[in-house]
Amino acid sequence: MFKFHKAVLICAALLSAGWAAAQSAKYPGVGRDATPKEVAAWDIDVRPDFKGLPAGSGSVAKGQDVWEAKCAQCHGIFGESNEVFAPLIGGTTAQDIQTGRVANLTRADYPGRTTIMKVATVSTLWDYINRAMPWNNPKTLSTEEVYAVTGFLLSLAGVVPDDFTLSNQNIAEVQNRMPNRNGMSTAHAMWPGKEFGSALKPDTSNIICMKDCVPQAKVASFLPDFARNAHGNLREQNRLVGQQKGVDTSKTEGKVGASVVALAPGTAAPAASLKAEDGKSESKIAIALLNKHVCTACHGMDKKIVGPGFNEIAKKYPGKAEYLAGKIKAGGSGLWGPIPMPAQALGEADAKTIAAWIAKGAQK
Amino acid sequence: MKEERTSSGRLLKAPENFLNLEGVRTVFAQGKQGRRDFIRKAFITATAATAAGVAAVATPTAWAQGNPLPSEGGDPHILNLPAHATGLGQGVATEGYGKPSQFEANLQRRQSPGLTQTTQASVSFAPLQSLFGIVTPSGLHFERHHQGWWDIDPSKHRFMINGMVKSAKVFTMDEIMRLPSVSRFHFIECGANTAVDWGNVAVPTVQYTHGMLSCSEFTGVPLITLLELAGADLKNGKFILAEGGDGSSMTRTIPMSLITSGEVLVAYGQNGEMLRPENGYPLRLVVPGVQGVSWVKYLRRIEVGDKPYAAKDEAIHYMDLQPSGLHRQYTNIQECKSVVTTPSGGQVLLDKGFYNITGLAWSGKGKVKRVDVSTDGGRNWRSARLETPVLSKALTRFNLDWVWDGKPAIIQSRAQDETGYVQPMYKQLRDVRGTRSIYHNNAIQSWLVQENGEVKNVQVS
Repeated sequence: MFKFHKAVLICAALLSAGWAAAQSAKYPGVGRDATPKEVAAWDIDVRPDFKGLPAGSGSVAKGQDVWEAKCAQCHGIFGESNEVFAPLIGGTTAQDIQTGRVANLTRADYPGRTTIMKVATVSTLWDYINRAMPWNNPKTLSTEEVYAVTGFLLSLAGVVPDDFTLSNQNIAEVQNRMPNRNGMSTAHAMWPGKEFGSALKPDTSNIICMKDCVPQAKVASFLPDFARNAHGNLREQNRLVGQQKGVDTSKTEGKVGASVVALAPGTAAPAASLKAEDGKSESKIAIALLNKHVCTACHGMDKKIVGPGFNEIAKKYPGKAEYLAGKIKAGGSGLWGPIPMPAQALGEADAKTIAAWIAKGAQK
Repeated sequence: MKEERTSSGRLLKAPENFLNLEGVRTVFAQGKQGRRDFIRKAFITATAATAAGVAAVATPTAWAQGNPLPSEGGDPHILNLPAHATGLGQGVATEGYGKPSQFEANLQRRQSPGLTQTTQASVSFAPLQSLFGIVTPSGLHFERHHQGWWDIDPSKHRFMINGMVKSAKVFTMDEIMRLPSVSRFHFIECGANTAVDWGNVAVPTVQYTHGMLSCSEFTGVPLITLLELAGADLKNGKFILAEGGDGSSMTRTIPMSLITSGEVLVAYGQNGEMLRPENGYPLRLVVPGVQGVSWVKYLRRIEVGDKPYAAKDEAIHYMDLQPSGLHRQYTNIQECKSVVTTPSGGQVLLDKGFYNITGLAWSGKGKVKRVDVSTDGGRNWRSARLETPVLSKALTRFNLDWVWDGKPAIIQSRAQDETGYVQPMYKQLRDVRGTRSIYHNNAIQSWLVQENGEVKNVQVS
C-alpha cells in the first residue's frame, strides 16, 4: 500500500508541474529557470506600444547637457553632422508633424534621409539610445539621461518644445506628433509569415524567355575612368592563377590590350603577404592599441573622420612623442576643426606607445 | 619575348604586334576622343567589327596560345626540375592551423572605400570573383558589424529565453551544445547587398557589387527545441525578438511561423569548426532565407511576444523607401538572385577561345530551379548546368561552356526558384521600387567583356 501511495503522489506531482515540466523532462539537466533579477538585467527592449518602457522622465535642458558631453562629437551639436554617421535631424516640417508623413521622402531630388525623417515610432529612439549609445560606451546612460536625450533630439526637430520634459506619462502623446508616423507599409511579399495579413505576390514578374528577348543591348551606365583605381589595384584582388587575371588598374586603360601587356611574367604584382615585414611589429602593437581604445572611431589611419587622420598628425608633429602623449591624455580643441577631442582615460604607457608610433610617421 | 613563351596562363601578345601604322593611329584617335565614348560604342560597333578600326586591329591574326611550345624544344618548367622535385619538403604540423598558399594572398575580404567612416560600423566584402563551389571559407566570410566585433569567452556566455513562456530559462554554451544538433548549408546575404548599384554603376567588381554574401554549413540547435524547453506560448506568441550580447545588442523581430517550421537555428558551428569571432562566436541565430541582419550575432536572448518590436534596424534602417514616399517595413526575405563570378568586373580574359562561365544563384524562398545565361546583353539565353548540391536557401553553383570570339560580349545570368519566381531585370525592379530603396536589389547583373579582354561592370538599357 505504501508503495502504491508513493507512486500516485509522484504522478500527481508530475501532472501539476504541467507542460513546461513535461518538456524539460525530455532533456533533463539542460537549462534552468532564470531569476527575476537576471531577466530584469537583460530584458531592456521597448516596444512601439511602450511595453518594457521604465517609468521616469528627463528634460530637454538636461538632454542638451548630456548631448554636448557624450553625443555631439559624433553627431554634431544639432544632430546634423554626417561626418561619422548619417544625420539624425533635419528634413522635417511642422506640416509633417500634422500629417504624419514626411513630404521630402516623396522627392527623388532630396539629398539624404535623416533619422527623424524615417522613424515612425518614438519607442525605437528610446530603445536604441538606451541599448547602444554612446557608440563607444553603450548601456551606460541612466534612465533619466535616455529620456532627456530622446526629448532633446525631438526638440531639435520641433516635435516637442524646448521646455519639454519627456516621461513615460506623456510619451504616447509625443508618438502622435512623430513626423513620419504614417509612413510605413507592410503591404509587400518580403515578410516570411502571414502576421501582417495575407502574403502578397512578388512585385515583379519576369518571365523565362530564351530567344530575341530584348532589342540589342546598349550600355547605359558604367564606371567613369577616374574611378578606375578607386578600389585599389584590381590586379591584386584576383587569384594569380586561373582562366582570368585581375586588370592592372594602377595604369590607365590606354591602348586596347594594354592591360594584357602588363601581365607579362616577372611583372606580376607581389601577393600582399609577400611584402617585407620590416619594422612591422611596432606598428602592429600601436595599431592594436588604437583599436583597443577605440581611437579609430574618430581618427582614420590615412584620412580625417571626426579628428585628423594619424598620417596627418604624424606629418604635423614629427618626433614630438611627448607632446602627443600629453594631448592624447588631456584632449584638445581648435587645432583641427570645430569638434573637440575629449580627454582619454587610457594608461600612461599605452598613450606613450601610441604617441611614439605617430611621432615616427604612423606607419601601417 | 622569350619569357612570354615560357609563361603559364593564357597570355595574349601585346596588341601593338598586330597593329599596322594605320591601326596605331586609329587607337590613339579613339583614345583622344575619350574613354567614355569608346566604351559606349564598344558593344554597338562589335556587330560591324571589320568596319570598326579598333575591333579589327585588336583581333590577333591567329588565336594566341596560352601554352605555346618553346623553340628550345620544351618548357623549362618541365625540362629543368625545380627545387620541390629535387629536395626535401617541410614536416608535419609546421603550421598547427594550416593557412592558404602564399600565392593565394590576393583573396582578402575588403572594405569598399568611402562607404563608411568607421571600421566598427562597417562592412567587408567576400572575394566572390575567386571562390569555387558554394562554401565560403570562414576567414573570407563577409563581415557586417554595427559596433565592432568581439572574441567572447564561451564559458561566460549565457543564452536566455523570456517573454510569453511558462518559465524564463537560462542556458550555458555547454548545455546548448548537449542538445540534439543539426547541420545545414545556408546562404547569408545582407539586405543591402548590391545597394550601391540601385541607381547606376558605382563599383568595379563582383566583390563590391555582390560580396555581402556568403554560404556556410551551420551547426546548432533548432530554436523551437529551446522554446519548447521554456514552455513558450506558440499560439499567441506570434513573434520573437532576437537580441545580441555585444555593445550594439542588435535586435530583430522574427515570425514564430518560421521558427515552428524548425528552420531557425541557434548555431555555434560553421564549416566544421566553431563560428569565427567576426561571425558571432560563440552563438548566433541562423534564419535561412532572411537577410543577414536578422542572424543576430553574440546571441544572448530570445523574447517571445505578441507584437513586432520596431527595433532600430527595422524602423530606421533596413526599410525600403518606395517612390510614394512610404517605407516598406519588415522586408526580410532575400528574393531569388544570381550573379556571374567569372568573367566579372575587374578581370581580364587573356585571349579568345574556351571559357567556363561560372556563377552563383540563390533564393530565400527555397531551391534554385534553373539559371539561364546570356552573352549578348539579354537578347538570347542558354541554360546553365546547376552543380550539386542544390539545397534550399543555400548558394547554388552554375557553369556554362563558352567560346569567346574576341568580340565585345555582355554577360548576364537569370535565376528562377522553385516558386516559379524569376529574377527581374533592372527596368522591372525600378518600375516598381524606384532607385532609392537601398535594400533588396536582386536585379540581373551585366558584365561587359571588351575586345581587349577587360571586363567591366555595366548596366544596359
